[in-house]
Amino acid sequence: MESAVWLRDAVCCRGGFPALAGVDLDVATGEILLLRGPNGAGKTTLLRLLAGLASLDDGRGTVLGCDLRSDRRALRPQVGLLGHDLMLYEDLSVVENLRFFAALAGASEAESQAALDRLEVAPRLGDVSLRRLSAGQRKRVAAAALAVRRPRLWLLDEPHAGLDESGRGAVNRLVRDAAGSGATVVLASHEAPAAAEVATRTVELVGGIIPGPTGAAAPPPVEVRDA
Amino acid sequence: MREVLLVAAKDLRIELRSRVLLYQVAPFAVATLVLLGFALDADRSALRNFSPGLFWVAVLLTALLAAQRSVAVEHAGRAADALLLSATSPARIFAGKALALAAQLAALEALLGVAIVVLYDARVEHFGLAVASAAAATVGIAAAGTLYGVLAAPLGVRETLLPVLLLPVFAPVLIGATRAFGDALGTAAVNGWAWFGLLGLFALVYAVFGALAYGPLLEAET
Amino acid sequence: MSFLLGRSPDRSPPRAALTHTGSRTTRILGAGVLVGVVGLGLCAFIFSPPDSRPGPEAGTRIGQFDVVRLMYVHVPAAIWTYVALGTCAAASAVYLWRRSTWWDSLAHACAEIGVVLCAVTLLTGMIWGRPVWGTWWEWGDVRLVTTLVLFLAYAGYLALRSVPAAPEARARRAAILGLGGAVLIPIVNRSVEWWENRTLHQQSTLEELRIEDLTLFTLVLGIFVMGLLVLWLVVHRFRLAWLEAEAESAGLQAALAERRAEAAEPVAAGAGEDGAGEGSAGP
Repeated sequence: MESAVWLRDAVCCRGGFPALAGVDLDVATGEILLLRGPNGAGKTTLLRLLAGLASLDDGRGTVLGCDLRSDRRALRPQVGLLGHDLMLYEDLSVVENLRFFAALAGASEAESQAALDRLEVAPRLGDVSLRRLSAGQRKRVAAAALAVRRPRLWLLDEPHAGLDESGRGAVNRLVRDAAGSGATVVLASHEAPAAAEVATRTVELVGGIIPGPTGAAAPPPVEVRDA
Repeated sequence: MREVLLVAAKDLRIELRSRVLLYQVAPFAVATLVLLGFALDADRSALRNFSPGLFWVAVLLTALLAAQRSVAVEHAGRAADALLLSATSPARIFAGKALALAAQLAALEALLGVAIVVLYDARVEHFGLAVASAAAATVGIAAAGTLYGVLAAPLGVRETLLPVLLLPVFAPVLIGATRAFGDALGTAAVNGWAWFGLLGLFALVYAVFGALAYGPLLEAET
Repeated sequence: MSFLLGRSPDRSPPRAALTHTGSRTTRILGAGVLVGVVGLGLCAFIFSPPDSRPGPEAGTRIGQFDVVRLMYVHVPAAIWTYVALGTCAAASAVYLWRRSTWWDSLAHACAEIGVVLCAVTLLTGMIWGRPVWGTWWEWGDVRLVTTLVLFLAYAGYLALRSVPAAPEARARRAAILGLGGAVLIPIVNRSVEWWENRTLHQQSTLEELRIEDLTLFTLVLGIFVMGLLVLWLVVHRFRLAWLEAEAESAGLQAALAERRAEAAEPVAAGAGEDGAGEGSAGP
C-alpha cells in the first residue's frame, strides 16, 4: 500500500507563529485518519498544509506523490478541503454553487444533484441563496461541493460541527464511501463519538507536533513522486 | 476558454443576485458626476468642454468600488481557496474575473455616458472612436483592477490600500481616455485614434502582467 | 555584492554577526560623503558663478542667477531617483526568480531611498520652477508629471510594505508591485509626452544654459557625491532590513522552541480538553 501523506519535521507558520512545529506523519492510501487535539494545536494548519494551500516552511513532505515545496500546484486539484469557511459564494443559490464547482472539476450536473441528494439537502433548498441557509445546511452543501470534485485526498476540518444526527450520518457515509473507493481521508474533529465511529486510526496533535510514533502503516516513501 | 467564461459568468450571476453594482455603485457614479458639476459652477460651456475628463474621473472612482467588490466576492467565504483547489490555471481565473469586471464597467460607462449627455450637454461626434477607446480603456482598467485587487485582498487594510495602489496606475488611462474622448466629443483637436492605440497598449501590458502575476498573488496568504 | 553585508559572499552570515549597520566600509564611505558634501557646497555656493549673461539690451543681464545653484542638488537627485527605483524594480524581478530575502531587502532599501530622493527632486524642482518658469508646477512638462506619478506609485509600494504580513507573502506582493511600477513608468512618460507635446525641461538645464567649466564640474561633482550618499544610505538601509529579517527569524525560532515545549507537556497543555485523553489508538 502506497503512502498518501508523508511528513517529516514539517514546520508551517501562520502570521509569524509556528502553528506546526515539526510534524511527522504518515497516512496510507485508503486510511481514514482522525486528527485530535486541543484548540490551537495546529489541526487546521495541518489540513491546509496537506491541501497545498499553506506553504511548508521547514522540513519535508509529500502528499499524493507531490512534493510540498515544489509541486503544490499539481497537488491542489487532487485534494478536497472542507474548512471552517465554506469556500462557497454566499450570494449564489445552492444549485448555482454546486454547478459552478462541478463545471470547473469537469463533473456533470447530474453528479452535482447526486451529491446534494447524498447529503440529504432538501430539493426545495436548491434555489435558495446560501446566505439564507442555517449553519448545518450550509455545511451539507459545502460537503456536497467537495464530493462532486471526487478528490483523492479528503481533508475535513470539523465536518460534524453544527450538524444534526442525520447530517453526521450522511457525512460519515460519504467518508466511508470515499475511503472505499480508494481515496484517503484526514479529518479533524472534536465530536468524539461521530468521528471515532468512522476513523480507522487516531493521532493526537499537541502544540504543533504529533508526539509519539506516527504509526506508519507503510514504509516511508522517500521518493514517491512518480507514483 | 470555457473556464474563463465560467468564472466570468459566476461573477456576473453574483452581481445579478446581490445587485450591489446596481443599487450602490451606479448611484455613486452618477452622484460623482453631479458633484463635479457643482464644482464647475454650472457653467454650461465649461461642463461640455471638460465632459471627457469628468466622465473618466467618475469612471475611475467607480472602478475602484467595482474592483473592491470583485475581490470581496472571492475573499468573503474563502472561495478563492476553492478556486485554487480547482484545476483551473490562475491565468484563466484572472481572465474570467477581469472579463466580468470589464462587463460591469461597460454597463456603468453606458450609464455615465447618458448622464454626461443629459447633465453636461456633451455631444458625441465620433461614435465609433468613443466606443473603441472606451472598450480599450475598460479592458485596461479591469485588468489592473483585478491584479491590484488580489494583491491587496488578504490584507486587513484592503479598502484603504487598494485606491493608493491603483490610482497612480490609472493615470495614463485617464490621460489617454480623456484625449480620445476629447476627439470623439469634439472638445479637443487631437488624433483620438492615436490615443486609442495607447489605451490598447496599456490594456495589453496589464492583461499580460496580470495573467502572469495573478497565480503567485492568489497563493500568497497573509 | 557581499559588501552590502560587510562580509563574505556567504548569503547567510552566522546569526548575531551583524549587530549594527555600520562597518569599516561604511565609515570610510560616510567620511567620503562628508568630504564630498563640503566640497560640493563650496563649489556650488562659492566657486561656481551664478548664471548670468548679457541681455539683448545694453547694460542688462539675463539668466537664472543664483537659482541655478539648485541644479547641483536637483539634477543628481533626479538621476539617482531613477537609478534607485530602477534597482528596486530589477531586484523585485530577481526576487520573483530566486525567492531570496537578500533581493527582497535590496528592493526595500532602494525603494525607500528612491522615494526620498524623488521627493527631493520634486521639491527642488518646484522651488527652482517658481522663479525661472514663473510657476511652482507645470503640467505640460513630461518629466515633472512622470516623476510625480513615479513618486505616488512607489509611495504606494512603501505603504504595502508597511502592512503587517507573513514575510514571504509580503515579499512576493511587494516584488510584483515594484515590478509593476517599472511597467507603469514608460507608459506614463509616453502618455504625458503626447498629452502636452512639449517640455520645458531639456532646453533649460543642459543645452540652452551655457555650461561653464566650473558649472559643469560642480554638476558632475554633485552627481558623484549624491551617488556616494545614496550608496551609503542604501547599504545602511539594506543592513537594517536584513537585521529586521534576522530578528523576525530569531523570533520565529524562539516561538518554535516555545511551541515544542508546549507539546512536551501535553497533560498540562490540555490533552484532556477533548474529554478523552487516550492518545493514539491503533486501527
